[in-house]
Amino acid sequence: MKKIEAVVQPFKMEEVKEALKNIGVDGMTISEVRGHGRQKGHKEVYRGQEYNVDLLPKVKFELVIPDARLDEVVETLTAAARSGKIGDGKIFVYDVAEAIRIRNGDRGDAAV
Amino acid sequence: MSTSFTIPFALLQAATPDLSARLTALESATKSAQSAGDNAWMLTSAALVLMMTGPGLALFYGGLVRRKNILSTMMHSFVMMGLVTVIWAIYGYSLAFSEGTPFIGGLKYLFLNGVGREPNADYGATVPHLTYMIYQLMFAVITPALISGAYAERIKFSAMSLFTVLWITIVYFPMAHMVWGKGGLLNAYLGGAIPTFDFAGGTVVHITSGISALVCALYLGKRVGYPQDPIKPHSLVLSVIGACMLWVGWFGFNAGSAVAANGLATSAFVNTHFAAAAAALSWMLAEWLKLGKPSMLGGISGAVAGLVAITPASGFVEPMPALLIGFLAGVFCFFMVSTVKHMFGYDDTLDAFGVHGAGGTLGAILTGIFATKAINDTPINNKVIALGLVDGNPGQILNQAIGVAIAMGLGIVGTLLILKLVDAVVGMRVERSEEEDGLDLSQHGEEGYFFEA
Repeated sequence: MKKIEAVVQPFKMEEVKEALKNIGVDGMTISEVRGHGRQKGHKEVYRGQEYNVDLLPKVKFELVIPDARLDEVVETLTAAARSGKIGDGKIFVYDVAEAIRIRNGDRGDAAV
Repeated sequence: MSTSFTIPFALLQAATPDLSARLTALESATKSAQSAGDNAWMLTSAALVLMMTGPGLALFYGGLVRRKNILSTMMHSFVMMGLVTVIWAIYGYSLAFSEGTPFIGGLKYLFLNGVGREPNADYGATVPHLTYMIYQLMFAVITPALISGAYAERIKFSAMSLFTVLWITIVYFPMAHMVWGKGGLLNAYLGGAIPTFDFAGGTVVHITSGISALVCALYLGKRVGYPQDPIKPHSLVLSVIGACMLWVGWFGFNAGSAVAANGLATSAFVNTHFAAAAAALSWMLAEWLKLGKPSMLGGISGAVAGLVAITPASGFVEPMPALLIGFLAGVFCFFMVSTVKHMFGYDDTLDAFGVHGAGGTLGAILTGIFATKAINDTPINNKVIALGLVDGNPGQILNQAIGVAIAMGLGIVGTLLILKLVDAVVGMRVERSEEEDGLDLSQHGEEGYFFEA
């Protein structure tokens, strides 16, 4: 099993969610996060006082999938999250040792 | 034919003996109709001015602070509605409006003694004296709330309450008496030695609160982290709602100051709106030119600056000068808060001085220039005289400047004394850790927002 962690633009959240749903990825966890990569923040001005905002709002997707589906899911996710501009985010892939469904104790691929 | 003559004649005959009684009845009905109209407007105005404090100012200021200080900042406005009201009823109205010395009123109206439904001809011949009292109370409520813009996010609640009680007693009541009270030093209409024109409280409300705010900001020092850490407004949405309520409420503040539902009230209403509009535009324009973008915060700050500046002038000037006063106020106050404040480095949290002190001063001086008897023909010593520079009375500008100087002098000395006293008794500022936690938790034990709830 693989875990995919994808940090994407907040306005891409719905599109990414729908695309994953369409290829049959049923489970995911989504959180609102803040961060920055090469895209360095922006400037805000309040009554002439300037602020540099370097941590920008992003949305993080976390999902665990069977090994066989990795390429397909990464491709779908990348296509849906891409706007082509700086700040589109990153995808990280991890190996997962085990997955357990709490309700009935299913293990491995059956649990994800 | 004969009947058509006899009937009116008979009526006339019947009427003649009590003609004077009928005239008296007619006069009384006319008076009561005028009183009904004026009183309806004045009670409405009083309610509008209260709305300026809560929710208007509470939202405007509340949105500008950080999330952890929203409730404490709203409390700085809200608690005035209780605190100042009680003091006003007990001795405040008397010290401000009963006859006394040129500097402060006497004790004639202590506990509102003698303030009833009979009009007081000096203040409003057509409305109950109680109406005038409650209307003036709303001004006393909002004035100390304006100062809270300078000490927000770092003052102790106990210190704030004690400060307010002392401040309205030592600074506000004397200033209100000097400008509006019978026999007050600066009252042009009721026997003041130095006649100044302040229609709705440019000196009494805005200059006193603005200069006192500056003294508070300097005395308390900067907030932890200012200016190196980003301290951003947590919700400009709340501030926009609050500022727009201030704009609407200001119609009661300025047009209500005519103390009648007459043409002068209309002039003040129109001028108020014109100045707010021009100032909102000019602040945004100045920002656009200097910083590259016009901002929502700039728009509402400009509107408030324009409303402040037109306050003393609203019942004295023509509509075109009102536009000009607003335009100048927007640019001037923008310069004060975006440049002057940073030059001196004081932390006036929400720019109470930059908007109310600076805008109020500009408005007071411009009133001396543009005040005209064409708008306000209320007689002074039974004569309609030239008012401002445009009427050919350049000396008025000096009188206005004296009014400003007295308001500033009283504000500085009074506020400094009160700060020293309150600091010695309860301490002005919260502990550093309390400030970092936020005043909502440390002073009130509650939070403004629960997103999980």
